[in-house]
Amino acid sequence: MSKKQKTLSAERRRKTILSIVLAVICIIWILPILAVVINSFKVNTFVKTDTFALPLGEMWASFGNFIKGFGLQSGESNFWMAAFYSLFITVVSTGLILLFTSMAAWYIARVNSKICKLVYFVCVFSMVVPFQMVMFTLSKTADTLKLNTPWTIPVIYLGFGAGLAVFMFTGFVKSIPLEIEEAAVIDGCNPVKIYFKVVLPMLKPTMISVGVLEIMWVWNDYLLPYLVLDRTKYSTIPMLVQYLKGSYGTVDLGATMALILLSIIPVIIFYLICQKHIIKGVAAGAVKG
Amino acid sequence: MKKFFKGLFATPPGRSHLIINPIRRWSPLFLLPMVLAFAIGFVWPFIHGIYLSFCKFKTTSDATFIGFGNYIKAFNDKGFLHAFWYTALFAIVSLILINVLAFLAAYLLTQNIKGTNIFRTVFFMPNLIGGIVLGYIWSMIFDGILTHFGTSILMDTNLGFWGLIILMLWQQIGYMMIIYIAGLQAVPEDILEAAKIDGATKKQTLFRVIIPNVMPSITICTFLSLTNGFKLFDQNLALTAGNPFVFQPDGSTVKTTEMLALNIYNTFYGDNANARGTAQAKAVLFFILVAVIGIIQLRATRNKEVQQ
Repeated sequence: MSKKQKTLSAERRRKTILSIVLAVICIIWILPILAVVINSFKVNTFVKTDTFALPLGEMWASFGNFIKGFGLQSGESNFWMAAFYSLFITVVSTGLILLFTSMAAWYIARVNSKICKLVYFVCVFSMVVPFQMVMFTLSKTADTLKLNTPWTIPVIYLGFGAGLAVFMFTGFVKSIPLEIEEAAVIDGCNPVKIYFKVVLPMLKPTMISVGVLEIMWVWNDYLLPYLVLDRTKYSTIPMLVQYLKGSYGTVDLGATMALILLSIIPVIIFYLICQKHIIKGVAAGAVKG
Repeated sequence: MKKFFKGLFATPPGRSHLIINPIRRWSPLFLLPMVLAFAIGFVWPFIHGIYLSFCKFKTTSDATFIGFGNYIKAFNDKGFLHAFWYTALFAIVSLILINVLAFLAAYLLTQNIKGTNIFRTVFFMPNLIGGIVLGYIWSMIFDGILTHFGTSILMDTNLGFWGLIILMLWQQIGYMMIIYIAGLQAVPEDILEAAKIDGATKKQTLFRVIIPNVMPSITICTFLSLTNGFKLFDQNLALTAGNPFVFQPDGSTVKTTEMLALNIYNTFYGDNANARGTAQAKAVLFFILVAVIGIIQLRATRNKEVQQ
């Protein structure tokens, strides 16, 4: 065997070992989720004492935890209603953010007047402000303006989430050559048409990046809906989980794990389907933010 | 310094009068919805919050101006000071561990080994699970182990600290890894080739060629993980909620695993509604802290970036 071949086979062996090591780490990485799965089928009393045992024999709860879980409520919301509110708020908020911030970003980048500069400055500034700074006053404002229902809370999300989205869209718009839009103006297009027919299609990659970030944020957000929504009537999934686990008295761990499992299944399916976009969106979002 | 701020906040160029005048006429459609929502969701609450930090109040309608009293109370609050040091320690430890491990993972996953895609998919996955749910998953796991040792994550400050670190590693490594992978893939091939021809060892290539070239990614990741660490709330609430607490000589309690955001939240919505002014002052201090860290961090690491 020549020297070159030798180093090649050593290289190959090194890579195989690496593959195996990473595969083992991968399995460890999934264990917490497997723990949720096995415990969601386990009789409540065994969850704490035999967390890592398979739910066999007397521990097997079948679908009892799920059925019990569906009976649990936070205020007037059970799991299905919480799932519906979460989905509705996420979809509408993300839609509003994508549409209105991209329009504003186009306006800001193209007009670039003093007011535009001010709006842009405040948007960038808002990105470093933690939620705790505004949570009390924001929830009071939402109450006063009757924005405390799932149907109106997307306005709050548009407002609080605008900073990052405007920042990312503005950065992208400036890289679009002006000539295309100028040509459209000369051809007699009005700005609304230019925006929807010319600018919007070009913004698609940024739309996906921003959309992914906003979906992940809104779907998982706990504190904002908890403080803003009328808790006696409406709950989102994070609110429901926190209510079930955080409330005093006896906690039904099995039922909670069943609901947690149900709440992460859609997330994992969404991830596996849109994986490419999500990973690209995260990379792009972080590089720009 | 001036130049830095200018760069950070400058609007991009791209004025064209051909396009400005028609768009201007449509400003109510393009700019107004976002500006209105932004005013409701950020600008007004922010200004109002600054004002209330100088007031005594229980609700927003009964505020009376008292000057710096709230800030003095905040600085004398043992729980708040403890939360500050605890948060700072947590942020630094998690910053180092997350970035080292994420960079290592990204480095291994850019070596053309088999199964890279699957590994990447699995490592990133925990990032999509929300903080509250994550907290309860891990509290079940930790307590499942710790009951056999007769303790609980809620009973030991050290366990609470490292438990939260493990949780954050599980959640954040995949995210930072993605950013590092993007950075590593952007390192120009010809530089690596040149290093190889010059006879650089793997270690030399890593420290002298690759790391300087992925400095932008390192900037972003350290910035993100530091601010994430300081702003952490959901995971802290769900995993330990600040427990265990210790009694002070004056009868008050300090929650030993309570971080800044949770401390502010508890001061706002705890039993004592008179403390809301103090809570708002703490929130302002918290905001200044996070903003200053963000700006210093960006400046410090930007200087190290390779000119491209």
